[in-house]
Amino acid sequence: MILQVDKVDAYYGIGHILHGLSLNVGESEVVALLGRNGAGKTTTMRCIAGLTPPRRGEIRYKGRNIAGVSPHRVSRMGIALVPETRGIFSYLSCYENLAIARRPESRWQLEAVLERFPRLKERLTHKGRELSGGEQQMLAIARALLTGPELLLLDEPSQGLAPLVVSAVMDTIRGLRAERVSMLLVEQNANLALDLADHAYLIETGRLVTKGPARQLRDDENIRRSYLGY
Amino acid sequence: MTMHGPATAKAVQAPVGEIGGIPLPTWRWILIGGGLVILAVIPFVTKNFYIFQITLALIYAIAILGLNLLTGFNGQFSLGHSAFYAIGAYTAAIMMENMGIHYAWTLPAAAIVCFVFGFLFGLPALRLEGIYLALATFALAIAIPQVLKSSVVEHWTGGVQGIVIIKPDAPFGLPLNSDQWLYLFTVLTAIVMYVCAANLVKSRTGRALIAIRDHPVAASAMGINVSLYKSLTFGVSALYTGVAGALGAIAIAFVAPDSFTFSLAVALFVGLVVGGVASIPGTIVGGFFVLFVPNIAEHFSKGLAGAVYGIILLLIIFVMPMGAAGLGRLITGKLMKQGR
Amino acid sequence: MELFLHQVLAGLATGGIYACMALAVVMIYQAIDHLNFAQGEMAMFSTFIAWQLIQWGIPYWLAFGLTIVISFAAGVVIERVVLKPIHDAPILSHVVAFIALLAILNSSAGFLWDWTIKSFASPFGSGQFLGQNLLSKHDAGMIGVTILMLVALYLFFRHTRIGLAMRAAAANPESARLAGIRVGWMNALGWGMAAAIGAVAGMLIAPVVFLEPNMMLSILLYGFAGAVVGGLTSPGGAVFGGFSVGVIENLAGTYIPVVGREMKLSIALCIIVAVLCVKPSGLFGRPVVTRV
Repeated sequence: MILQVDKVDAYYGIGHILHGLSLNVGESEVVALLGRNGAGKTTTMRCIAGLTPPRRGEIRYKGRNIAGVSPHRVSRMGIALVPETRGIFSYLSCYENLAIARRPESRWQLEAVLERFPRLKERLTHKGRELSGGEQQMLAIARALLTGPELLLLDEPSQGLAPLVVSAVMDTIRGLRAERVSMLLVEQNANLALDLADHAYLIETGRLVTKGPARQLRDDENIRRSYLGY
Repeated sequence: MTMHGPATAKAVQAPVGEIGGIPLPTWRWILIGGGLVILAVIPFVTKNFYIFQITLALIYAIAILGLNLLTGFNGQFSLGHSAFYAIGAYTAAIMMENMGIHYAWTLPAAAIVCFVFGFLFGLPALRLEGIYLALATFALAIAIPQVLKSSVVEHWTGGVQGIVIIKPDAPFGLPLNSDQWLYLFTVLTAIVMYVCAANLVKSRTGRALIAIRDHPVAASAMGINVSLYKSLTFGVSALYTGVAGALGAIAIAFVAPDSFTFSLAVALFVGLVVGGVASIPGTIVGGFFVLFVPNIAEHFSKGLAGAVYGIILLLIIFVMPMGAAGLGRLITGKLMKQGR
Repeated sequence: MELFLHQVLAGLATGGIYACMALAVVMIYQAIDHLNFAQGEMAMFSTFIAWQLIQWGIPYWLAFGLTIVISFAAGVVIERVVLKPIHDAPILSHVVAFIALLAILNSSAGFLWDWTIKSFASPFGSGQFLGQNLLSKHDAGMIGVTILMLVALYLFFRHTRIGLAMRAAAANPESARLAGIRVGWMNALGWGMAAAIGAVAGMLIAPVVFLEPNMMLSILLYGFAGAVVGGLTSPGGAVFGGFSVGVIENLAGTYIPVVGREMKLSIALCIIVAVLCVKPSGLFGRPVVTRV
């Protein structure tokens, strides 16, 4: 297990968002975290990344509890978050956005990343805010890769993107999966997520509803209709 | 899914908190009542000098209330309210000394003059946000004393020397000395102005102001004429601070350009934050802070008065980043929880 | 015509002071997204430290260097001790904290070194620049140093890793953290640098306006004005703005009859407000586009 979220409770102010949530991500596994709007998926990601420390519970990364560790240290330990909002630096150039994340020890170096995302190579001098939605998503993923993560957290990578672009993003993720990168994938588009994932967790109002192998959830009609909308 | 019944005309009531079994709104009336009693008793139990000081503190509170309406409730950052205070003060002084008009009329006059000034200043200021607006208001604060000193208007303003005013006596032969009467006059004015402000904030207009502060785009999408409201708020805010200025002129019996420098604007701003932004009762704390703390600092150390003042300010910001009102909310919250 | 030229050059000379200050102001704005109202007092205090070092017999350039180092350290300390605790407080509280700093520094300087005016040596010597009666050597030196600092800062921010990290940390702290940047220390670094630049500004300005605790109050205002006119996001614009303010102030004082000495400041400010009404983000500033 590369990641074990163990009975985590998280709050925004007085709002109790996560209630004793537990989930695991195995080595080289892709795990999907599904649920409706407001279920607490993004909060879970933020807890793991260190942006919103949990009030109770543990988050064990490679056996070590990282709950409450500050985000820059979590990043340096090998966990990279691609946030829902993408977190692009609007006024820095595409190149600068990438340069910030470079690390000598990373498995993915700049040239390799640019090969993988040729569109970014063409737009290096453009400012972050001049990139299209799809390009920004690619940039966010590229930046995460440059930090050399062993665990990649992807929060709604397909959100707001045209179907063709979504397809491209998913291909990228499939490629990473083939390279044995562990991933935790949050997606409202359950169809997409279950296609890629090995395991899936379904949460509702901060609590775990069901979990299991992705194929099992995909084939379960009840769950599909009640929670996944198709 | 169940359907709710047809919407009723009665609004859904939010649950009302309570402390020790007494609901919060009742507590509010208890505190206001207690405050009024204390205010009524003061002129008869303290020395003239303290009455004068408390009068000034209340005047500053009204000035800060004006600033609060603009900055606290409407989100327009002003570092220049000393200008409106000065205009109000000079309006009163000129009317009383140069035109021989009774002091009671100076308040509405100052109100109107300052409203117009504020509104006119608010119009070009519409285009400016945040720090740029702060700079523009700052420019106003610097300019006004210089204009008041200038030879062009010296005939009316008395130039650098200013104008001396005769302190009014109590009317109708009431058995009060000058200070006591002015105190009462100020308290009565303050009550009227505070009640108006409280009503304004709770009304639809007040909600519009707050909406503009929090999300101007959404506010205008909801049909609020943002430009008009912002300029009007500038006017009303200037009105309040101007009336305070007029009261101040009468109480101190003297106006001069150097009394209304940028330091006053800064002091009002500090008073606003210390009392609590967007809190009406907080302005009273702010007023007392502005008057008394610099004196206390000087008491501590003549040579390092400024440094002591700065340290006190920092401590307050550390301990109460949301001002006295924030602290009040914290305590109220804790007291409410204990009851459960 | 000659009067005009003379006034323009005189304006450029005083403008150099404002440009220097404006640069420090914009520096810190880039680093922390705030305007630091205590910037002038920090510069003044640094200059007093330099003065004291020189009084103790330390040679000018060594004192200059030491003062920069001390100011840098002080800036870092101020950020960590005063600003970090109130990091989450509303912005108005931050402004009050700056005001408090201003009061503390001003009062302490007066207490330690008293309120009398002192003279401060210029490293460029007295006399006229290039022998012409246009610009004094000191004014020329000041303009030169300001431009040098500008170039150095540009190179730092555009072409070094730390400069990039600082810009990122100021622009989007959360994303910066996710990229592994220690945002808190970037802020502290920004303050240190702003304090150092302020120290340089103070040491260049003091020979002209003479050293006393209140020397920076109006200069800071002009510096703000210059920075705002040029645009808070543009260091080059700030320098340009500073020079412009100096020239405008001088020309207004010379050619507009009503403007006596007392009104110069008001006129300059009025012009600045006018500029802002036409271009709300300053001449070279980046318009702040907010997503709905």
